[in-house]
Amino acid sequence: MAPKQSHQQRIGDRPAVKYTLITLTLVLTAVLLVVPLVSIFQKAFIDGLAVYWQSLADPDTLHAIWLTLFVALLTVPINLVFGVMLAWSVTRFEFPGRKLLMTLMDIPFAVSPVVAGLLYLLLYGNNGWIGAWLYEHDLQLMFAWPGIVMVTVFVTCPFVARELIPLMQQQGREDEEAAVILGASGWQLFRRVTLPNIKWALLYGVILTNARAVGEFGAVSVVSGNIRGETNTLPLHVQLLYEDYQATAAFASASLLAAIALLTLIFKAFVEWRQERAHRAETDH
Amino acid sequence: MSIRLDNISKTFDKFQALSPMSLNIEDGEMIGLLGPSGSGKTTLLRIIAGLEGADSGRIQFGQRDVTNLHVRDRNVGFVFQNYALFRHMTVADNVAFGLEVMDAKQRPNKAEIQKRVQHLLDMVQLGHLAKRYPSQLSGGQKQRIALARALATKPDVLLLDEPFGALDAKVRKELRRWLRNLHDEIGFTSVFVTHDQEEALELSDRVVVMSNGHIEQVDAPAQLYAQPNSRFVFDFLGNVNVFDAAAQGSRLTHQDAWLETPHQDGKTQAGQLYIRSHELALHPAPTTQAHLPLRVIAVNPIGPEVRVELAPDGWQTEQVWEADLSHADYERHPVQRGDQVFAAPTSGYFFTADSQGSPERLHWS
Repeated sequence: MAPKQSHQQRIGDRPAVKYTLITLTLVLTAVLLVVPLVSIFQKAFIDGLAVYWQSLADPDTLHAIWLTLFVALLTVPINLVFGVMLAWSVTRFEFPGRKLLMTLMDIPFAVSPVVAGLLYLLLYGNNGWIGAWLYEHDLQLMFAWPGIVMVTVFVTCPFVARELIPLMQQQGREDEEAAVILGASGWQLFRRVTLPNIKWALLYGVILTNARAVGEFGAVSVVSGNIRGETNTLPLHVQLLYEDYQATAAFASASLLAAIALLTLIFKAFVEWRQERAHRAETDH
Repeated sequence: MSIRLDNISKTFDKFQALSPMSLNIEDGEMIGLLGPSGSGKTTLLRIIAGLEGADSGRIQFGQRDVTNLHVRDRNVGFVFQNYALFRHMTVADNVAFGLEVMDAKQRPNKAEIQKRVQHLLDMVQLGHLAKRYPSQLSGGQKQRIALARALATKPDVLLLDEPFGALDAKVRKELRRWLRNLHDEIGFTSVFVTHDQEEALELSDRVVVMSNGHIEQVDAPAQLYAQPNSRFVFDFLGNVNVFDAAAQGSRLTHQDAWLETPHQDGKTQAGQLYIRSHELALHPAPTTQAHLPLRVIAVNPIGPEVRVELAPDGWQTEQVWEADLSHADYERHPVQRGDQVFAAPTSGYFFTADSQGSPERLHWS
């Protein structure tokens, strides 16, 4: 009898509350998440597979796909290295401004991407501080792919460090001290001890960085100049097509972004599962 | 290899972790750094290893000045309190690590590394666990693997930070004996940190007692026990009863309580008398030499002894007194909670109030 009684007394476990909450959550998830996602694919395929392929085979669309992948391909490694460096610095060294740095790191999350894009435009545009000098030397960053990469790096730079810092803080520096005492050089230490300890968190950070880099709209739209077939990334291209009343083509491109998002989610779930398993193995004994 | 520390000091921000101190450790010696937390013992160990830099002073290993040598090049073995085994490597890979990261010139070949790892694992009696991961080991096993890993590179000195701190009492004792044997067998110079006096006394050739960033006393365990040179050392080496005394003729007094000093000349001074709990006898009535009325507040049979906790009756002490009686003595005069008894010390150490120096040993017949 006792277990049943305690079961009944558990807070919030009244059937009415329980089923109302579950139903509400499911309905909202369907309305807000599932229906729009499904409708993207439905709209994309509304005129049949042939039209779908045709829309994607359009040279401008292909260029947008290529540019988006290219930007992600540059952004991810840059932020991977930057994130590891940042996490290493703030967790392994004591220096004045360490706390401030950890706060500053979150600026890209706090600031609207459009504002970030504008800032870059003001700095690096032809009339900007640095931009004027660059213009004299015939270097064009804004309204070209370097500008797109720059703002994407800015917008996605906290992801890797955010994942690594708590983990590295929790793991402490003893492993690394042990490795150095045993004679490991800096690189051996990083490759053989630090990296294996953080690899799942690192991969998780990379996935998030990649997802955001592919999907970024606001900051990119400010600095890209929307030149079709030149500086148009996939998210910008979707908007452009839609404004041109090419709804099916717009949705075809959108379906690509949605597919990337779904793949990211699956991969993310897998990494989370591995991370949890690694963590469990550590704390088991 | 011998270790010579000369005038080593360290401050963290404004906190003086180590006051300038010197210490010589002989080749093949096993030294225990004993002290409460915050006494600077771990800092000293980390300075010897090179994990912390000293603010002043010199460190020598044998004839080699290592003061400014990087940790990597000091050739020390270090066993961390929580072992710091590499969790993603097997036991064998952990032990091999120090050999595998050597410069190509010095590194033994693969077969040689494998042979040495197997030898080390056999030495710590865990050869059968080579393929396991650290998370699959017990605390005692992890400790042995950490030791094998530290010894793999044939270090000049072996440093251990609270080596048995995280283990339960039985395993701790076993490992302690095992480490002592291994030390006697191989003869490495080692320094370990502990806050457990029993561990320090049992394991070390000499014990370095530390408090507040300086060395209180360096002595062999027997010597340390027989002649603690300060109140701190006395307090730290096991339980002690303190009698705050004023001088009155040939007597030491405290309110209703008094003790006749065994001095021939009958000269006394004010000070504190330290009496070890097993050097205190309990009587049903005062003796001619001592009048220390106490009330029994607890009787605990612990192993070979009966520990009687006592509160002063008609006078005061800072802490509860304890008397450790043999079962035979206890059975001769059994006492119960609430009984009044009279204590008489058989020997004690007297610290005069005005000096910080060594105590005077007193014996009562």
